[in-house]
Amino acid sequence: METILQNILNALQWGSFYSLIALGYCLVYGVLLLINFAHGDVFMVGAYIAFFVATFFLGHYAFALPFDLPGWAILALSVPLVMILTAAVGVTLERVAYRPLRRKGAHRLYVVITALMCGLILSNGNLALLGASRRNFPELIDKVIFDFGWIRFTNLKVIVILTAVLVFIGLRLIVTRTKIGMAMRAISWDKFAIPLMGIPVDTVIVFTFILGSSVAGLGGLLFAMSYPILDPYMGAMVGWKAFIAAVVGGIGSIRGAFAGGFLLGFVEIMVVAVFPSTFRDLISFTILLIIMTYKPTGLFGMARTTKI
Amino acid sequence: MRRLTVPLILAAVLGLLVTLAQGGGLDLYTQSVLMFMGINVIMSASLNLINGHMGEFACGHAAFMAVGAYVSSLITVALFAQDTVFGAPLLPESLSVAFFPLALLAGAAVASLFGLLVAIPSFKTRGDYLAIVTIAANYIVKSAIENIDAIGGARGFMGMRRVTTAMESTAELPWMLIWCFVTAVFCVWVIRRYVTSTYGKGVMAICQDEVAAEIMSVNTNRIKLVTFMLSSGLAGLAGGLFAHVVGYVNPGSFTILKSTEAMVMVYMGGMGSISGSVISAVAFTLLLEALRPLQILKWVIIPLILILLMMFRPEGIMGNKELSDVFPRLKKYFKFK
Repeated sequence: METILQNILNALQWGSFYSLIALGYCLVYGVLLLINFAHGDVFMVGAYIAFFVATFFLGHYAFALPFDLPGWAILALSVPLVMILTAAVGVTLERVAYRPLRRKGAHRLYVVITALMCGLILSNGNLALLGASRRNFPELIDKVIFDFGWIRFTNLKVIVILTAVLVFIGLRLIVTRTKIGMAMRAISWDKFAIPLMGIPVDTVIVFTFILGSSVAGLGGLLFAMSYPILDPYMGAMVGWKAFIAAVVGGIGSIRGAFAGGFLLGFVEIMVVAVFPSTFRDLISFTILLIIMTYKPTGLFGMARTTKI
Repeated sequence: MRRLTVPLILAAVLGLLVTLAQGGGLDLYTQSVLMFMGINVIMSASLNLINGHMGEFACGHAAFMAVGAYVSSLITVALFAQDTVFGAPLLPESLSVAFFPLALLAGAAVASLFGLLVAIPSFKTRGDYLAIVTIAANYIVKSAIENIDAIGGARGFMGMRRVTTAMESTAELPWMLIWCFVTAVFCVWVIRRYVTSTYGKGVMAICQDEVAAEIMSVNTNRIKLVTFMLSSGLAGLAGGLFAHVVGYVNPGSFTILKSTEAMVMVYMGGMGSISGSVISAVAFTLLLEALRPLQILKWVIIPLILILLMMFRPEGIMGNKELSDVFPRLKKYFKFK
């Protein structure tokens, strides 16, 4: 019983990371119908930015603050900074790589390939620039263990799960309740009629990328705090899996991405709890394949009827 | 003459390569680059069948390569090499040349059975959802191989080097070079025949509009099944060659990165163009070798080149055309019926 509860808690934490990244995939896909394969690497960049921001405030570089900041203050400062910087990376990708292609009216698949290549550039450029040495993320907040006798959890776990839920609610509110959210939904509905209505399409798309990348940056910061070893390829694997989670949930639906992330987290943790850990990918992907065969458009996705 | 020009040229090229390799005109490094060229031609042409001609977005092609590599090398090692798993060779060395293509074909057959893993979900699923299915298939195959301890698991499987030396001791020829060349030509030929056949018309119809094709009484399920199985079987051939050229396989060589390489070649060459994918496979292999001294920076520069290509010529090198469409006079030299 205790181990089951403990595993559920672990699964919730692991699933929150998948959810946070899947939400970014889903936002961009919902608006542009573009699978942004670089998103996992944006997450990795977010984790590295978090590392550099945190060590900067800790005074590991030439510049040192005149007074020592406590850990929670550094965290409070890093969160917005990391989100802004990661969003800048995401927007740069959009401006440099995707927008020229969109202007030319290139086929969707070519944009997808460009995204894949941008991801490769980010991870390998990082490896070439910073070297292969793994980095240790400094411990910013003291670990507090809550012990209820039958279940134990750390404050970090609570923070991660709460953040994922809050981000989900926030994104859902933005998309369903605000004007710009309405514009986003409108673009995904009909890309050609929307400019005629006087909606600035490019601004809305940039806003989408800002939202997605900053969420990925936040995820990177939390990931670096929970598993404090960074390496340049950490984004690729998590990114592919989060993409799969987004699709299993039904890509384009925020609710689906959130649920898919947690589903994948649960499946992985439960497989590891029962079988040897090398079976993790095998069993979890087989389960996903079966789900895809029976529900071809994902759990929350809607089947689109094609007109001919 | 018109019928024989292309086969004669190919035979002359093969003869030239073999004499050069025998006479010491080609060092081992050049030979291995040529062999990888052949393997890449098979990979890109067979993936082009799905991504280009059929218009689906498959990104897990390395899975079938892995199946072909493992199955064919297990067979050849069991038959012709002293090994810790299988013990003494079952057949005399002199038969190795005759049995090698059979082992390759067996690998291809098993790989095409694994193609069902992708083909059956593709009946209902399409577009980006199918992309996931293929990625998942890639992970499943890689992770399954890692978990079978009898064939080395994550450590990999070796012993194919002894098979190639067995072939060379039977008859003193650069056998792997010959097999790579012959298989690449065979693969391009098969794809060419397939695409221009009645089935190929159905494949094009699926690419244009699947629902409309279904209404026009194209049996889309059957065509998808055949196309996926053919493509994955050819990838299995490439895998078998790869295993015997390198002499060592491990699951780590068949990751998403390998699939990405195949995709790069397809999109660089142009969707739905066989000659385009051959040209881009050759160019890509040469590029990889030319940039080798840059080490890790190589994998920054190659994506950059591809992004620039996409930006200035999004349809790839050849676009949707064949070489004979660009240079119509070439049609004088071959007849296709």
